[in-house]
Amino acid sequence: MRRTSLWIGAILVGINVAVALLTLVWLPYDPTAMAGGRLQPPSWAHWAGTDRLGRDYFTQVMIGARIALTVGIGAAALGGLIGTTLGVLSAFAQRGIDDALAATLDILIAFPTLLLAMLVVAASDGASLGTAILAIGIAMSAILARLVRILTKRVLAQDYITAARCSGLGWGRIVLVHVLPNIAPTVLVAIALQFGLAVIAEASLSYLGLGAPPPNASWGQLLQSAQSTVYNAPIGVIAPGLALMALVLGINFLADGLRDLLDPERGAA
Amino acid sequence: MSLISLRDVQFGYGGQPILHDVSLALEQGESLGILGESGSGKSTILRLMLGLARPDQGVVEADGSVLDIRSRPRMQAHRRFVQPVFQDPYTSLDPRMKVRRILTEPHVALDLPGDAGAEAARVLDAVGLPADSLDRYPRAFSGGQRQRIAIARALIARPRVLLADEPVSALDLATKVRVIELLTELARDITLVLVSHDIAIVAALCPRMIVLQQGRIVEGGATRHILRAPQHPYTQRLLASLQHMPEETP
Amino acid sequence: MSLLQVENLRVHGPARELVHGISFSVESGERLGLVGESGSGKSLTAMSVVGLLANGLRAEGSVLLDGHQVIGQSDRALVPLRGSVAAVVFQDPRSALDPLMRLGEQLALPIRRRARREGRALDAATLRAEQLRWLDRVSIADPERILRSWPHEVSGGQRQRVAIAMALACGPRLLIADEPTTALDVTTQAEVLDLLDDLARDEGLALLFISHDLPVVARITDRVIVMQHGRAVEEGPVGQVFTRPQDEYTRGLVAAARQLETAVRGMR
Repeated sequence: MRRTSLWIGAILVGINVAVALLTLVWLPYDPTAMAGGRLQPPSWAHWAGTDRLGRDYFTQVMIGARIALTVGIGAAALGGLIGTTLGVLSAFAQRGIDDALAATLDILIAFPTLLLAMLVVAASDGASLGTAILAIGIAMSAILARLVRILTKRVLAQDYITAARCSGLGWGRIVLVHVLPNIAPTVLVAIALQFGLAVIAEASLSYLGLGAPPPNASWGQLLQSAQSTVYNAPIGVIAPGLALMALVLGINFLADGLRDLLDPERGAA
Repeated sequence: MSLISLRDVQFGYGGQPILHDVSLALEQGESLGILGESGSGKSTILRLMLGLARPDQGVVEADGSVLDIRSRPRMQAHRRFVQPVFQDPYTSLDPRMKVRRILTEPHVALDLPGDAGAEAARVLDAVGLPADSLDRYPRAFSGGQRQRIAIARALIARPRVLLADEPVSALDLATKVRVIELLTELARDITLVLVSHDIAIVAALCPRMIVLQQGRIVEGGATRHILRAPQHPYTQRLLASLQHMPEETP
Repeated sequence: MSLLQVENLRVHGPARELVHGISFSVESGERLGLVGESGSGKSLTAMSVVGLLANGLRAEGSVLLDGHQVIGQSDRALVPLRGSVAAVVFQDPRSALDPLMRLGEQLALPIRRRARREGRALDAATLRAEQLRWLDRVSIADPERILRSWPHEVSGGQRQRVAIAMALACGPRLLIADEPTTALDVTTQAEVLDLLDDLARDEGLALLFISHDLPVVARITDRVIVMQHGRAVEEGPVGQVFTRPQDEYTRGLVAAARQLETAVRGMR
């Protein structure tokens, strides 16, 4: 079972990565050029039909894969790094500091990502993929930090940590060799969940003009622009929707499978 | 000279006093049992002896000098002098480390002499586990075997003192008896401080004992004297509370 | 008819069988001990009796509780049996009580249930009187304070006493006690054992007492079944089994228990 989910995840994510890399060197059509009639249904020439302006839709979905992975990886890396660091520090902090940090995190979690994104855009040169990643990454880090803090506290309460202290290990080594490996499986899965949410969050930011500017449209933007023509050309919603679902599902399967593989308590002896 | 001693130690946590005026001394070769119920402060005494906490008042002395837990060289020396064994064999081993790494970790961190791998094999043999245990994870072992691994880890530093916090109370009866036998054997070379709520374990392992009630030592001395003629009402009550096997009828 | 009649009880786990066909009976007022080490299946056996096996576990065979078949029954069908025929006291009084409910309210639950069952009206004054009576029954010194307290505000021994009071207030004829004193201090353990002993005698309760602690079982039960790896290896009167064990496994257990005791005895 766990092998199956690992394989399904690896295949789904693998296809996405392959397509994303492919778009860097080759595209079936010029994404900005009119390639056929408007709102054509799927055909051999246009696998996902054409959009309102007659551009090949499949090409746009392919580019969307690259945007989705960039946002997901960028936000997950940023959020994971900040979140894990803050979470571990807060687990070690004195009571007062820990409480203050916990309260800050709670405020940050309650703070809408959208508002955060607007602040980030206002503070930088304007909306770009980078600002979207930054905003989503910061929002993600607050959620991860809270999880990491609780997980770390739980590990720190174990006797093997006390034993490690009595073995002469400093706190830095204890975090590296005992805490991080033991919290990794759960944090990994949480990051995967956030990865999916990040791709979706980017879609809503794009809709408001806070995401990547065209022509590099994300799946979220495709979904939004296909909204008005959903009854005439349902493929406009189905294609990016399926792609988004496949990627998010694939990441979750992959994380699940990896967690079981990494966990000696559950894995094979 | 005592191996470890506490002098007029007071300790509290979050405004709650836990230990009041505790003084005791551990002499070479005279394993000491600390008997007390939950909340008596017995585990706190171990934490102070291990240098994991500092007394609010009074001093902890070990190996002839005051234990200053802020001094790194002093603590490194102390780690080689005393080693702990904990109650719960399921939380005292890192589930993500193979036994080899668990055993060599203190060897490396404490910069001990000799080859880490050879030392790991030595302590594993000392606790009666086969050499092929080194390449397994803790989950492959039963509670009693895990406790042996935890004892092996403590032995790697060749400590003079072994501090054991309820080392057998989480174990099944037959396993318990075998681990007590192991500790008895080890106590020939290493002086044991044993914290327990179980008089039988203290009686089996420690020639000297103290009785702790709500952070105070109410009675202390030779175990055989205390068991034969307990002076303090609390000790009397503890002994009267023991349940017995039915007498063997001829 | 026996109060409890267990025939060829098997418990299946997700991967394998955990209890391999055990049979025994408990008569009214009788005290039976189930002894074994961890993994012997003693707790699974006891939980099967009241249909309280964890998810993923399945019981097979026959368990007649006061003549009613327990195996294969829906939870709804078992609710009337639990409490009125058999009640359970668990090992850890901390997790057996709801941490977000005052002890008085928790104790009121079985009292109300029983009144409903017996068709009695229960006004506030009667409820209060019954609460105090049950706390008095389990020798709680300051019942007024305990009723107002939260579970975390009282000691482990007091929590276990309240748990026993709750079990008794259901009006059971069989009390199933799963390691009820294991989490307690030695002195508290002795008090709770005395209490169970008195209660069983005064209320004419039958006891199914599960423990790994041989002296404790010897103190409280008349008859004992020794379990190992999901099988009953020996059965008989406590005095006989613990002094002249026949089975090899039992002999090992008894020898270990005596070995621990001799350390104390040898010095006294």
